[in-house]
Parts: sequence; C-alpha cells; structure tokens
Amino acid sequence: MFCDVCKSKEATVFLTQIVEGKMQKVNLCEGCSKEKGVNDPTGFALADLLLGLGAAQEIEKNPLGIRCSVCGFSQTDFKKTGRLGCSACYDAFAEGLSGMLKNMHRGLIHTGKVPARLALALSRARELAALQQGLEKAILEEKFEDAAGLRDKIRLLESEEGKESKSGESNLSGGEPDLLDGPNRLSLVQTEDVPPNPGKKS
Amino acid sequence: MKLSAIIANTGEWLSGSGPHDQIVVSSRVRLARNLKGKPFPGWAKKAERVAVLDEIRGAVIQLPEMKEAFSEKLEDLSPLEKQVLMERHLISREHAAKGAGSAVVMNTAQTLSFMINEEDHLRMQAIRAGLQLDEVFAMINQADGELEESLDFAFHNELGYLTACPTNVGTGMRASAMLHLPGLVMSEQVNKIINSVNKIGLAVRGLHGEGSEAMGNLFQVSNQTTLGEAEEEIIGRLNKVIFQILEHEQNARQILLQQRAETLLDQIGRAYGILCHAHSITSKEALNLLSFIKMGVDLGLFPGGYRLQVDELFIETQPAHLQKGLQATKLGSEERDSLRAALIRTKLKKMPEPEIGKIPTTPPIVQSPTSEES
Repeated sequence: MFCDVCKSKEATVFLTQIVEGKMQKVNLCEGCSKEKGVNDPTGFALADLLLGLGAAQEIEKNPLGIRCSVCGFSQTDFKKTGRLGCSACYDAFAEGLSGMLKNMHRGLIHTGKVPARLALALSRARELAALQQGLEKAILEEKFEDAAGLRDKIRLLESEEGKESKSGESNLSGGEPDLLDGPNRLSLVQTEDVPPNPGKKS
Repeated sequence: MKLSAIIANTGEWLSGSGPHDQIVVSSRVRLARNLKGKPFPGWAKKAERVAVLDEIRGAVIQLPEMKEAFSEKLEDLSPLEKQVLMERHLISREHAAKGAGSAVVMNTAQTLSFMINEEDHLRMQAIRAGLQLDEVFAMINQADGELEESLDFAFHNELGYLTACPTNVGTGMRASAMLHLPGLVMSEQVNKIINSVNKIGLAVRGLHGEGSEAMGNLFQVSNQTTLGEAEEEIIGRLNKVIFQILEHEQNARQILLQQRAETLLDQIGRAYGILCHAHSITSKEALNLLSFIKMGVDLGLFPGGYRLQVDELFIETQPAHLQKGLQATKLGSEERDSLRAALIRTKLKKMPEPEIGKIPTTPPIVQSPTSEES
C-alpha cells in the first residue's frame, strides 16, 4: 500500500480517527508522517491533515484557524511552531492562550518589573483612580471643600499626563504604527474563573 | 575587538571565583525582550530582521558596560566560531544555528552577552562563577534598564514582557545555575532530586540546556515559570532549592567517604589513570572522567593549584575548542578524539597522582599513631 500523501513510498503508519461518528482513515509513509507531525497524537487532528491534502482554502474559512490581523500568523502556525508571530498575537489568540498560560505558569498577572516609562503611567493611573474615588465619596458626604481640593489635584495630574504624553509622541515619531494601541487595550484574562494566584503549592 | 582575542582567554565565569564554586560552577540570568510593533524573529521577513538587528545592536554597543565589546553578525562567524561560543554558554544552541539577520554582542570578560534575533528580538544574559544569582540578575537588570531608555520593548499591563514563546511571557527571565553533582550521581540519589525539583516548578537539564544530555555530572537548574511572580521571588525560590541540593551533594560526598571510600578512590584513580594514558577519548568519556578528577580536587586528593587546569579542560576538550587553533581543516571525530587525549595528557602531565592517604578509609574516630609512618 502506498502513502496517501507522496504516493510513492510504502505506507507504514496507519491512522484511524473517529470524528463525529464517522471513521476516517489515512495511510502514510514514515517521512510524510513525521512531516505532518503525526508522532504527536495530542496535537494532531486527522481532519487537518485531510483538509490540507486537497483544499487549502478550506482552512481559511475554518473558524478554528484564527489569524492575527496584524501579522497574519494563524493558529495552525502556532500549533506547528509553538511560537507566536508578533506581540499582537497575544490579543488575537487570547482565548486559547489563557488556558495554556494557566497551565504553564504560576499566575496570569505579571507582578514583576515594569519598564520605567510605563511605571510612571501605571502608578499615575492608580493615583488618579484613588483620587476619583475620594472625590465621589466627598460629594456623597457633602464635603464640598474637600471635593474642590480633590478636583484640583485630579486636574493637575491630568494636565501633567497630557503634557508628557505629547512630548513622548514626538520622541517616537517616524516609527511604524504600533501593534498595540496601548498597554491598556488588551484584556486577555477572563477574571471570573481565575483565582488571583493559582500557583501550585510547593 | 576580534573574536580570536576574546576566546584566547577563559571567560570570567570559568576562571573567576564565587561563593560555593566547588559545586555551583556558574550562575546565569537571561532576559527575553522584543521591540514593540515588530514581528518576532521566527515570523519576520529578512529585511525586518535586519532593521531590528541594526536598531538593537546600535543601542547595545552604546551601553557603558559594553565599551570594549565584541560584536559580530552570525553570518560572518564560521560554524566553528559559533560552536566555540556555544560551548562557552555565551550563545544558545538555537542562536548558533542562525545566519543572516542575527548577531551577538559580548563584553571582553565574557560576563555579558546579547543575542539579537534569537527566538526573541533580544536575549541578554549575565553569567558568573559560583552561586551569585542575585548579582548576575542585578547586572542584567541594569543593562535592561539602560536599554529601555532607547528601545521600546513590547509590554502588556497584565502579561508583562511579551515573548515569541508563551513559556517566557511575563518576566521573560530564565535564571539558572550549573551544578556539579558527582556525589549524588554515584550514590544514585540524583533522579530523586531531579523529580522533586521538577515538582516545584523548576527544571533540571543537561549541560547545554533543553534536550541535552547530562554529561560530566553537570546539571542545570532553572525556573520553569515566568508569569505570576516577580523576578526576585523566582530567584529567591531558585536560591533556596540550590542551597538544598548543595547540602545534599555535600552529604552524599561525606557518606561516600565514610562508607564507600574504596569505590570512590577506585573511580578517581581510574579516571586519573585513563586520562593520563589514553590516546583516543570521546568528549563524553573525557567529561565523565574529568568530573571525578574535579571531585578529587574538591576532596583534597590533588593539590589545590590544579583546580583551574581541570576546570578549563571541561571546556577545552569540547569539539570546537579542540579545533579552534587549527581553523584551516575541519577534523573528523577520530582525529578529534586523539587530539583530545593528547591535550589532556599534556595538561595533566605535571599533576601528581591522587594522594590516597588523605582519605580516611574508616570513620575518623581514633587516629592510630602508626598510620602516618606507613
């Protein structure tokens, strides 16, 4: 029996898979089975292989084959290489990735180093949020003098931020458009079912 | 700075000293970084890789700590030179396979090296002798801080530093220590240790990292996870585990000395005999035997002055290092084996035989007065 892919060598790998009640069979030679990644039974779907044999366009339509809109990397590429195409891929494949990251790491939120230029913005955002909360509380409690003070502080902070982001833009001029609109845009973590630190206890 | 000038000298991580350097050969921390808005090296087109290379290399060679740096594109290095750098742990095996669009920059002390367009745009590492993970982290963290003034790294508010492989996302940090554990191997405890280390989310690997064999009783312990913990926490956890392994190794050696001194001496003596008289030896055999000599030095069976010579042989007997003087011809493996044997014979020529009297063959409870005369 010849290999279904190259049709020249003797088939030595025989695969049978039942997909939605239908039996699918494929016979491969050793070389082709390696090339198709058949040796890894977990990452391999017969359907992908069968589709790949005749209908490349089918994959495009396949809802499982999501592509990154920025760099064009596909989920199939990711399966094959285990690497992503660009930083925006973390957004494009967020759904599949979050489960994977959960198994891989000790948590889903980075708690380590932050680049200095972002650290300022991050801490400022937090300060602003705290001031805003104080302002709302002051208004509720009808402490209007406090509220006025807080409002001035917020305005000051916001105006400082505006100035700096403008000068920051001029420093970075001439670059390609950013893949990420900003660090705040992505929300990969589905917080509802994720404990704050699902780390394994040692 | 020429590569030949750099590799003529042994790197500081090998020749220098550090805490616990008898068992902890070296400590290393590497950080993975990518430029914002640029496809990762594995997916980028050649022109994009070259542009990234130029931008990062320009920034790296401006660093104050890289004043007298060696900087070369990988396409301009010969396969032998790449392998020499790999054998010194200055570039990864993966990086050694790269060509156009990739580069390496390192300082003359060989403590800092920057791989550009490896799996990520930038992989930078600091390496030093002995157990000093905190110190090497401080070194590389400072370089990272200086670089981020001119380079815009891809960073995500929740996921941290973004990397080509999701296993590195977050801190992008891999901290590792190379441990020499002949005692645990001889007393057959090493698998137990590896298993328990694996269970707490740390990895134990062979000499050249992922997928490589453990030769010469050398093991690399590193963090597996990079997201959910701060850099200092990861290093703290790693330090704790390394101290425990260190203690186990010291205990294993003591127990071997007390209970199986004959076996231990036999192994060291045989290693010495073969290394001093062999005319053909593979690098694997050489490393495994050198490991016993190294332990012999630790135990005081050889004069302390030979430590560096033995340590250097671990590197000098590697395939590319053997040939680095004779770049015109590429040697076959048989020629290398006899060249290796000759090198070891020359280097160990002046080293005296192991002083067996220094090992107490029975537990040292009462020292008989006549034993010194014999």
